[in-house]
Amino acid sequence: MSFEPKIVAFLCNWCSYRGADLAGTSRMKCAPNVRPIRVMCSGRVEPDFVLKALEAGADGVLVLGCHPGDCHYLEGNYKTMRRIALLKKMLSQLGIEDERVRLEWVSASEGARFVSIVDDMTEQVRKLGPFSRRNGGSDG
Amino acid sequence: MEDEVRIGVYICHCGTNITGTVNVEEVAEFVKGLPAVVMAKTYIYMCSDPGQNMIKEDIKQLELNRVVVASCSPGLHEHTFRQAVQDAGLNPYMFQMANIREHCSWVTEDPKLATDKAKALVSAAVRRVYHQQPLDVREVPMTPSVLVVGGGIAGIQASLEVANAGYKVYLVERDPSIGGHMAQFDKTFPTLDCASCIFTPLLSAVGQNPNIELMTYSEVEEVSGYIGNFKAKIKQKARYVDEDKCNGCLVCVEKCPWKASSEFDEGIAERKAIYTPFAQAVPNVPVIDTETCVYFSKGTCRACERFCDPKAIAFDQQDKEVEVDVGAIIIATGYDAFDPSAITQYGFGRYDNVITALQFERLCNASGPTSGKITLKDGSEPKSVAILHCVGSRDKNYHEYCSRVCCMYSLKYSHLIKEKIENAEVYQFYIDMRCFGKGYEEFYERLSNEGVKFIRGKAGEVTDLAINEEEQGKLVVVAEDSLMSAMVRVPVDMVILSTALEPRADAEVVARMFNISRSADGFFLERHPKLDPVATATGGTFVVGCAQGPKDIPDTVAQASAAAARALAMISQGKVEIEAATAVIDEELCSGCKICNLLCPYSAISFDEEKEVSVVNEALCKACGVCVAACPSGAITGKHFTTEQIMAEIEGVLV
Repeated sequence: MSFEPKIVAFLCNWCSYRGADLAGTSRMKCAPNVRPIRVMCSGRVEPDFVLKALEAGADGVLVLGCHPGDCHYLEGNYKTMRRIALLKKMLSQLGIEDERVRLEWVSASEGARFVSIVDDMTEQVRKLGPFSRRNGGSDG
Repeated sequence: MEDEVRIGVYICHCGTNITGTVNVEEVAEFVKGLPAVVMAKTYIYMCSDPGQNMIKEDIKQLELNRVVVASCSPGLHEHTFRQAVQDAGLNPYMFQMANIREHCSWVTEDPKLATDKAKALVSAAVRRVYHQQPLDVREVPMTPSVLVVGGGIAGIQASLEVANAGYKVYLVERDPSIGGHMAQFDKTFPTLDCASCIFTPLLSAVGQNPNIELMTYSEVEEVSGYIGNFKAKIKQKARYVDEDKCNGCLVCVEKCPWKASSEFDEGIAERKAIYTPFAQAVPNVPVIDTETCVYFSKGTCRACERFCDPKAIAFDQQDKEVEVDVGAIIIATGYDAFDPSAITQYGFGRYDNVITALQFERLCNASGPTSGKITLKDGSEPKSVAILHCVGSRDKNYHEYCSRVCCMYSLKYSHLIKEKIENAEVYQFYIDMRCFGKGYEEFYERLSNEGVKFIRGKAGEVTDLAINEEEQGKLVVVAEDSLMSAMVRVPVDMVILSTALEPRADAEVVARMFNISRSADGFFLERHPKLDPVATATGGTFVVGCAQGPKDIPDTVAQASAAAARALAMISQGKVEIEAATAVIDEELCSGCKICNLLCPYSAISFDEEKEVSVVNEALCKACGVCVAACPSGAITGKHFTTEQIMAEIEGVLV
């Protein structure tokens, strides 16, 4: 049996969570590997949350927010954009593939986009293989 | 934690919506093994009264102090269950929901995988609720007034409903007069009521209502605040006519020698540089179009000023900015008509007698430029007219959606042409006839008996290249008659394009300003397509009419009244509950670095110079959590989304 990755997704309450709801309401189908966690704004996602997810058994992490300019809290997603960029840089310095973490924008009307991101990320992480916490460090 | 944590977990079947793929009994068995879980039950409909009563009973009998319901999206029923636990004496924030329907059973095919995912989602909720703390719901006073944006039939109806209930309305309209598209119409389908006869009394009623502060030629520039306490900055453009002095005699309009194309008449007639859009304009105060007025370019003329008895012309008038406080906002900004020049094969702009639906509406209107006489560009009467449906609608190149009103207004036009021009030939080129409303199908039936020719097929081209004698000097509509499976060429004198209704060109800017979303088609997104069709995701902000999607006048009016009722229900309470999940700073941990001060998009964090710590103003905090994530000292707690709670949830989803 092929490797089934576990992926944690942080969804902002206003756009992405509703986009995911719409995928459900529209009975679209997506990979069951992605496990959503609701936060009010993608700007609430601390880099620590991503690291915690990787440490606790996730093979990949998705952070989903409102499209630039559409943030319910005006500009929270811009902060996320900067944080995730720095975090990815740090991950690669630690020898962790930065493709394990992905930031995407999904609006409340983009159920189909949510599904395609989920499927795509699942495929991407499946190709990367299981995240080895033992070898994930600098000696990787 | 002083008291023992006792969690009750309820797993909803949602009929077969969840049980169709998720084995709920297996999930319940799994949950029973989680720490602090006292009981786990499944039930067919948790949101029903028996479902809610079960929770309330168990809270009392089993001394539960935390509750998890695994069912649908919290957007749908979080409020329901919070209320239920509150009724049983628990703090509403001691409740957590796991979304195993939208995020699980509905999106997963394989029952085994769906059940596994449901277990993970419920386990996350259980672990999270363990750390949840009671919070006080805060109440703030509600400003008892409503801002209505847009003065078409939707905005007018909503304004009158609110004003008639005794509350203050600020009605903001971009154009010099209220009225919107409906004021342009001649007759309305299917009853053929004269639009002016039913509409102008409403315009006057708005003008005369003491509770409505009408701001025409004005635009909302900025909106801040939240449900119950919005502030809107409105720019009132200079009319260059003093509204207090003007008596509406319109001698100025008569004397003005300068002309421009009339927006209200859709470019088929001209208006003066000083003008009111139409005769029954409200307010009946003209505006000066500074682009056309020679005074503004050369400093000369001043004819209007000379002939104005009450001395109302005010060339030195400036734009004004006013700020209003409102409790609720109703957005009724309407639609734009699709510009058919994009579809070059129909020849709009190339052939004089290819016109849009709204142009025909003006041409046919007794108060229009031809006094209601249907004429060709050269003034003669058309003997044959083709009406092309779905121009820009139901077309993947432009808009996929159906504009919903075009079939019906096309039928209306057929009737009006037949009525006004003896022996006129009318052809309808349609894809499907969509006559869905009350009395609509009957209207279609009636028109079929009036000798209108229906050709099922979308027109491919309109051309003036004649291939035979009969086509000489005519416009030829080329189409496939899909019922006959044959190409047809129909020579006519006039072609009317039934153009799509599309989102306003600035819908994106407006959505951003009011903090609402748009659906994929570009129209404003309602909170729920079925159960909450006029609310938006932003509390206290409603959308009505064609701004939410194409619709006819009856539906628009119904929505407007619905939104007014919702707004009234809110503002009449006098107070509103606001988010309890704000950020709070621990003074002991705060290092005074001020990073959070700069990050907060609402300027809700200030610096206490004396104590050298940052302080959150809870009334301004919207609970986004941006500061919480940024604080290098970990001094800020985002209530109800604490780091501890989210970390527990992360562990939970990864079981």
